Amino acid sequence: MIKYFLMNLLLSGIWVALTGSMYYTNFLFGFMLGFFVLWIMNRTETDQRYFYRVPKIISFIFYFLYEVFRANIQVAFDVVTPKYFFKPGIVKYPLNASTDFEINLLTTMLSLTPGTLILDISEDKKTIYIHVMYLTDPETFVRQTKTGLERRLLAILR
Amino acid sequence: MIDIILAILSSIGALSILFASIGILRMPDFYLRLSVTVKASTLGVGLLLICAAIMFPDVSVTTKAIAIIFFLIITAPIAAHMIGRSAYFTGTPLWKDTVIDELAGMYNKETHELESKEEEAENPANEGPNIAKSEEETE
Repeated sequence: MIKYFLMNLLLSGIWVALTGSMYYTNFLFGFMLGFFVLWIMNRTETDQRYFYRVPKIISFIFYFLYEVFRANIQVAFDVVTPKYFFKPGIVKYPLNASTDFEINLLTTMLSLTPGTLILDISEDKKTIYIHVMYLTDPETFVRQTKTGLERRLLAILR
Repeated sequence: MIDIILAILSSIGALSILFASIGILRMPDFYLRLSVTVKASTLGVGLLLICAAIMFPDVSVTTKAIAIIFFLIITAPIAAHMIGRSAYFTGTPLWKDTVIDELAGMYNKETHELESKEEEAENPANEGPNIAKSEEETE
């Protein structure tokens, strides 16, 4: 896992050194080339986790950006129109994430999506309390977040 | 081509900062104001910095823009979390149309510990949800 990532970085460094232009686009292109080369070379290996994980991370980034934009547009529409459409509420959310790093990433992602604000984490790190702007039903919100953001995040980290 | 991308990105960034500042005026209570402000301003500043990074094709500018965005994304949610937590703890009332408050009575007022189960929350400092009765309380 780590070995493949380091080899990929090494290959993209070689690409940057050979082409001689120090831009991020060039580095990213070298990373993609290195990923492709490593994928072809390791087709018969049993440990294929790295080659599944990198596309998952990229798709997660795009999913997160899409969520941020969608929710921002919703909030902006609510701000400029005279009527209030939101139903705020504080929801108790049981965590599946167990380690500190997973909880940290999940709460950062949840805080950056507009409409949700983390208020506190309980002492035993099992529940977080979220202030939600558009709350139709607490169970629906918990289920949507569990199957959406948290499942995707844990699929990358574990 | 690059000009059009820059124009679109910087317009979206500036508009989201504008909506955040209108939101501070228009939102009915403290938590909604905080909720609107932090995220929209993060998105707006991030988009403007990305525009700056595309505009100047220089390694040092791009590096600084990426570093600023990284630290902004790391620190802004923590600041929002701390401000929201202290506001709830000092008893800032919620808006009058708030649907549900599952955090009410979960704090131990002496030790500042937060319980996660229902039955342990039966401490003497257990009062009802802190939801405002009228519009004036949350102005």
